[in-house]
Amino acid sequence: MRVPILKQGGYLIASVQSALTDRDLLDLRDNLAQQVGKFRSRGVIIDVTSLDVLDSFAVRTLRTLAQMIRLRGAETVIAGIQPEIAFAMVQLGLDLGDVATALDLEEGLVLLERRTSRGGRRAKRSGN
Amino acid sequence: MMRGRIRRPNREVAQPSFESPAALLTELVLHLRENRAQLREEWARRVTEDQLLTAMTKEEIFAEATTVYDNYVAVLETGSVEALQAYARDLSERIIPRGVEANEVVGIVLLLRDVLGRSLLKKYQSDLVLLNRVMDAYEPASNRIANTVAVSFVQERERIIRQQQEAIRELSTPVLQVRERLLILPIIGVIDSQRARQVTEQLLRGIRANRAKVVVIDITGVPTVDSTVANHLVQTVDASRLMGATVIVTGLSSEIAQTLVTIGVDLTKMKTVGDLQGGIEEAERLLGYKVILEESAKESETP
Repeated sequence: MRVPILKQGGYLIASVQSALTDRDLLDLRDNLAQQVGKFRSRGVIIDVTSLDVLDSFAVRTLRTLAQMIRLRGAETVIAGIQPEIAFAMVQLGLDLGDVATALDLEEGLVLLERRTSRGGRRAKRSGN
Repeated sequence: MMRGRIRRPNREVAQPSFESPAALLTELVLHLRENRAQLREEWARRVTEDQLLTAMTKEEIFAEATTVYDNYVAVLETGSVEALQAYARDLSERIIPRGVEANEVVGIVLLLRDVLGRSLLKKYQSDLVLLNRVMDAYEPASNRIANTVAVSFVQERERIIRQQQEAIRELSTPVLQVRERLLILPIIGVIDSQRARQVTEQLLRGIRANRAKVVVIDITGVPTVDSTVANHLVQTVDASRLMGATVIVTGLSSEIAQTLVTIGVDLTKMKTVGDLQGGIEEAERLLGYKVILEESAKESETP
């Protein structure tokens, strides 16, 4: 299933609605990287609230996606990781690196707002 | 001729009824009942001699010995272990808190078995064939008794352990909200894998339910931290971060800090603050709170 990418002001919001195949993930990555340039976006939020599975490939793709977006001059936030998935990821040793995460879409927007308005290209460290 | 015929079947009827295991057991029971006082004493003496049940006084041992003895004989008589089972459970429940071990319980039952066996040996030693038959009847029954008591004891102990585990789990780990979007998680006691998993799950649910941005985990009450516990902590921190929350760990004592450095656990990904107060202050800073002491309160505080 294709992931719809919505433009919201200076940000792009990719809202994942159902389980994704590897192909879908790669498409999402390419589309986002492309559209960040097209819309001159400052930030990207990937909302995974309705996902109940995240495998190693998905995590790796999200990580590379964030790196690509960063190279294109924008910030990435993964929003809405479910508690069960967070726990499973940690147990399996799946690491999102220093990709920013947020509780949900709303939080993600606040986080992006703060990061991009601060003028710094990259937030200092993980977390807040 | 007539008499002989009648007598013969009579004897044949009488003989097997004595030889059958049930009849033999009845005879055994009778013997054990008659010699109750002496055998019981002998048994209690050997229990003390072997230094079993050291947690109990002599009188207590004797009192329990009496009941065990009677139960033992009753089982030999009826062949039903239910009453003994109930008694053994009850006994275990009473003596486990006093630190009686499994080897002691099994030991005393085996001793009783030996004492009674010896007494039977003495009684029937003149007739080896009969002795053999007596033992055939006695041994399986007594083994069954030993088995029942041991199993009852272990079951009782497992029940107690389960109960305690449940209790620990219940008073385990509260996730508390102290301010809007700020949770604290005080951990007290030993962390094992199961508990760590439970704590993490609870925390993640709490983060979502309270929409927390910052979590302070206070481990002042954790006595020791080894690499496993440290890894559990790292996992909890990572998982919370995936949910968009920052974790501050507080209450690492100097000993724990030293251990962690010595065993080389990498805690660089963790934010640590000395004590819970400092952790909450840091969390407030992150959240943009500012606590100000009011002028009037200041005045009333200083005399």
